[in-house]
Amino acid sequence: MAEVAERPASWTGRYPELGTGLVSYEDSISPEFAELEREAIFRRAWLNVGRVEQLPRRGSFFTKELAVARTSVIVTRGLDGQVRAFHNVCRHRGNKLVWDRTPRDETSGFCRQFMCKYHGWRYGLDGQLTFVLQEEEFSDFSKADFPLVAVNCEVWEGFIFVNLAAEPAQSLLEFLGPMVRGLEGYPFHLVTERYAFRADILSNWKIFLDAFQEYYHASILHSQQQVPALRSIETGFKVPHFQVSGPHRLLSTGGWKGVPRHLTPPDLMYPIESATRAGLMGPWERPDIPELDPARLPAGINPGNLDPWSISNFQIFPNFVILVYERGWYLTYHYWPTSCNTHAWEMSFYFPPARSASERIRHEVTAVVSKEAGLQDAGTLDGTQMGLESRVISEYPLSGQEITVRHLHKVVGDWVQSYLRGGQAARA
Amino acid sequence: MLPEELADLEPFAGKWCLPTEAARYAQRLASTMAEMQAFYDAAFPRVRDAMAHLDQFPLRELPERELNLLHLVYSLVMVSLPVEVWRQPRVIDSGTAYFDRYLEPVP
Repeated sequence: MAEVAERPASWTGRYPELGTGLVSYEDSISPEFAELEREAIFRRAWLNVGRVEQLPRRGSFFTKELAVARTSVIVTRGLDGQVRAFHNVCRHRGNKLVWDRTPRDETSGFCRQFMCKYHGWRYGLDGQLTFVLQEEEFSDFSKADFPLVAVNCEVWEGFIFVNLAAEPAQSLLEFLGPMVRGLEGYPFHLVTERYAFRADILSNWKIFLDAFQEYYHASILHSQQQVPALRSIETGFKVPHFQVSGPHRLLSTGGWKGVPRHLTPPDLMYPIESATRAGLMGPWERPDIPELDPARLPAGINPGNLDPWSISNFQIFPNFVILVYERGWYLTYHYWPTSCNTHAWEMSFYFPPARSASERIRHEVTAVVSKEAGLQDAGTLDGTQMGLESRVISEYPLSGQEITVRHLHKVVGDWVQSYLRGGQAARA
Repeated sequence: MLPEELADLEPFAGKWCLPTEAARYAQRLASTMAEMQAFYDAAFPRVRDAMAHLDQFPLRELPERELNLLHLVYSLVMVSLPVEVWRQPRVIDSGTAYFDRYLEPVP
């Protein structure tokens, strides 16, 4: 914490390449730019589409709609146990192969093979075409020539990533780089009780990313998170640690004014928090799971060595966020563009499976309180989008601790420029 | 509907024993502050008793009355911020935002 005082105003000084000038958000209001992002970013970067717990056994599968890349993928665990991904398109007439309620809805389940609803062509879990109805009627035809189109797929720490490029410029591990790989060793496999949310948001995807990657807004937009005595509308809040690595960013916090929420005196928190012993930052008691003891967590989880430490917020390019909480749980966000000024947003909370009703109730408190804070963040988004689209203002200032916002828009611009120059993906 | 030990909350069981967050959130938006305040005033002082009672049973094998009680406690959590913080059913400054919880543990 002392380090913060030594570099008061200018975090931008540590990353001079990001500059300190005014920033344009044309990248968030230009339909032409959004079209470029499809190819330059979403068909080139590694994208997280889920976790291995969604594929509990051999034959498990789920589909993921990637509207921004105009495709749908099937992610499945084969008979050999391996996780694979395929474009969700039948080789015969182009029908969407796997769907349930409607072709536009995602689905999941368990099967031994995929059968097209149109003419009954069947594919194994490894993507091989195994059955063609009246095969003898096709001329010069071999099933071996018509497997499902594979998508590059790699698993890291239980997170399943796909890359839609024919040949990704980097492996997943190269792309993630050392800072994000600092998460390696976190016991994600023990933290599997999931609460999942989704929303259709009326803003560009980057505008919502920006809302959750700086804490300058916290003391104002979320002033009610604190009881009136603790509000600091005049003095604000400053996040004590941040860093940038390749296209990714990290922020860590140590609690409000350096006091972790669970150590706040009962008269300075809301009654439901002290009654249930849980709140915004999680259950007061960390579960007695040795792997979740902060002293045993990988050093990369809290690379700023904050003490106290509360949250590390990993912003993984382009659209995936992991927040690890000191109280033994984590959450994720995903931002999937659906047009220049809309996106589909997903949020999941993960706790160690509750072993009693009171543990489950504490998880519920955190899941409810956290959602309420998020609703305030989401509530401003269409207003921001409208303001930007008015084009009344073309360039905007950013404070030092909003360097994360500056970085995201620069990286997005760099990837698009790199694509326009040579069609090659930017290196992480 | 509720265990004998928490029978005093019976008047609220019909409206607030709801198994999903989506149903509880909808009930919150459809309720007046007076309704939520009355439920909160009765249930909040009993929440620790309810948790202690429920912890006598395995979470995944709760009898029907205990399951109802668990759902009632979830609803107390749902109305607590409107009562304690917002003073209105919707989150202040949340605009038109909604988040649909489509997956959650059972119970």
